[in-house]
Amino acid sequence: MSGHSTYEPKTAVERWIDTRLPIIRFGVDLMDFPTPKNLNYWWTFGGILAFCLVTQIVTGVILAMHFDPSGTGAFSSLQGIMRNVDYGWLIRYIHTTGASMFFVAVYIHIFRGIYYGSYKAPRELLWLIGAAIYLVMMATAFFGYVLPWGNMSFWGAKVITSIVGAVPVIGPSITTWLVGGFTVDAPTLNRFFSLHYLFPFIIAALVGLHIWALHVPGNSNPLGVDVKSKSDTVPFHPYYTVKDGFAIALFMILFAVFVFYMPNALLDTDNNIPANPLQTPAHIVPEWYLLPYYAILRAIPDKLSGVIALAGAIACIFALPFLDTSRVRSMRYRPQAKLYFFIFVVDCLVLGFCGAHEPNEQVIPGLTTFNLLDSDLNTYVWLSRIAAAYYFVYFLVITPILGLRETPLPVPESISSPVLSHPAAPPAGATASPEKKG
Amino acid sequence: MLRKVLALAAVVGAIAAPAFAATSSLEPKVQSWSFNGPFGMYDQGQLQRGFKVYEQVCSACHSMNYVAFHDLGEPGGPWWNPKYPNSNDNPWVKAIAAGWPRQVSTINSDTGDETHRPPTTADVLVPPFPNDAAARASNGGALPPDMSLLVSARDGGPNYVYSIVTGFAAPPAGLDVPPGKYYNPYFPGDVTANWHGTGPTPPGGFISMPPPLTDCKVTFDDGTPCKLDQEAKDVAAFLQWASDPKMDQRKQLGLAVMIYLFLFSGLLYASYRRIWRHVAH
Repeated sequence: MSGHSTYEPKTAVERWIDTRLPIIRFGVDLMDFPTPKNLNYWWTFGGILAFCLVTQIVTGVILAMHFDPSGTGAFSSLQGIMRNVDYGWLIRYIHTTGASMFFVAVYIHIFRGIYYGSYKAPRELLWLIGAAIYLVMMATAFFGYVLPWGNMSFWGAKVITSIVGAVPVIGPSITTWLVGGFTVDAPTLNRFFSLHYLFPFIIAALVGLHIWALHVPGNSNPLGVDVKSKSDTVPFHPYYTVKDGFAIALFMILFAVFVFYMPNALLDTDNNIPANPLQTPAHIVPEWYLLPYYAILRAIPDKLSGVIALAGAIACIFALPFLDTSRVRSMRYRPQAKLYFFIFVVDCLVLGFCGAHEPNEQVIPGLTTFNLLDSDLNTYVWLSRIAAAYYFVYFLVITPILGLRETPLPVPESISSPVLSHPAAPPAGATASPEKKG
Repeated sequence: MLRKVLALAAVVGAIAAPAFAATSSLEPKVQSWSFNGPFGMYDQGQLQRGFKVYEQVCSACHSMNYVAFHDLGEPGGPWWNPKYPNSNDNPWVKAIAAGWPRQVSTINSDTGDETHRPPTTADVLVPPFPNDAAARASNGGALPPDMSLLVSARDGGPNYVYSIVTGFAAPPAGLDVPPGKYYNPYFPGDVTANWHGTGPTPPGGFISMPPPLTDCKVTFDDGTPCKLDQEAKDVAAFLQWASDPKMDQRKQLGLAVMIYLFLFSGLLYASYRRIWRHVAH
């Protein structure tokens, strides 16, 4: 892709194809792609995500064959899949579990990118495309969650579509257009089904761009230093196909534990009740992967401001390459940045935890402190406010300022120069190690 | 730093959040079930007893619109028998369908008139009411929920069903129970408005269902003592099966998949070590 093709067509047929459509060359170069030899297991999540996308598309296409996207038929067609379609339960549980697994992998992938500075020059576009994939993924997941047409699907759709209604002047009209009526109803289900089928292919196209943008500068690596020579790299195949393959197999074990032994752990009991506009669930909560944003949304009592904060939280991820002033890529050499990063990871988990609780619930049960503004300090609403504040401070204050003021540790000259954690075994037949000589 | 954060948060937070009414019901009583754990399977005898409870008691009000007669003879089901791989041939299933007290409404294809026919094994357990309005009219305005997904639609699952059925209690002094309602401390709700006693509001809520089971309301053909506790456990287990009929199949396949994945991972790890042997990284 970046002009160092090693492919030589060997047969007349290959030469004929190569001069017309170099698709074999494309495949060979992809497999031969020089990849830094020091990538750790955090780098396997790219491959794991590709596995997740394929799994979701394959199971999703099969589910669509049996699904009835109508207000009266959706819920019972799902029961048909679970009870009457051969292995329908397996396909559906892979699909529902797969959505969560996809987000587990994408969050690790994003945190890895932040920690190792994978978004820094010349990989800003790679990061932006990745952020776009994440955004489309969230939309796809939300549309998918509505399709079973259970009671949580219905009320979740009502809450999320009403977020758009907070936009001044045009908001209500956009909501009407989006849900296909004055309230969430069967037309909403129809259009969400259509979009849920479309968006994964948009994701697939963006993934193509993401990999293209990756293959121009090549992979970043845990040291954050550029590849200097051929000795710093190994061909992608077989070195990373086997390492990614091993990681995917481990990931599949976790996946299978959920599919076969606790398939309902990540689903909501209220969604086993058919959609009922007259019966609001006691607690309307989104799926776990959207909880941090839900906490940010609810941290602010004013709806429009909350929606702006929500959009801002996502915008921060997009803006990260332009907010970071540090030229050192890897946080291995940025001890202070590392500390703030780990606080940020915990902060995101705290936000998720807050999103799962009622705002006025006490964080420490039974302890009443003092009332600050609208509620007691010992409530989830205040915890989510503090956590949301750190979220924004991390992106908008710490990241730009720290890069200018910190003193990074010395960065190694090249990938091969530092002391390697896994020295090579001597090749078979080579002389013994020097220290053992004599 | 923290003060700045607090100040910033204080600026953005302003309007009062609505007061949170504290209502609670008792946590369901946790029972031990044959289907607990990764190797736990349904107890076929218990499912048959549970079905009898459903058939003789619950089915008077509660539909089961996603469970067909032939499902009773599917693998893992109450009347599964390897002699009848096609559950429509299963004589017990056929007998249950033939003996079902209600008929299926249909039309006479010659005249178009509404008529009824006896259920076949392909039909769902014929519901007690033709529609929700009829169900409400017969139950004081309350709709008895469909039972095919009852267990998976309630937090606590089979423990919740067991607790509701066995948990009916005499209302504490000072609690006015509305006419046609029953006090149950395990039923989610809020009895604050009807509480005139001293002390904190009692847990639970008012349910429209009268206590459905008593000792020996149903007798068991296998000689199991007909205690309320036993009836409640068996019907909860049956409803668990109705919600998740493929569980046995799922766990059996899961075991094979796990063994395969562990071997596959080991093989890939060995390949990885071998391929990377001569590369320092």
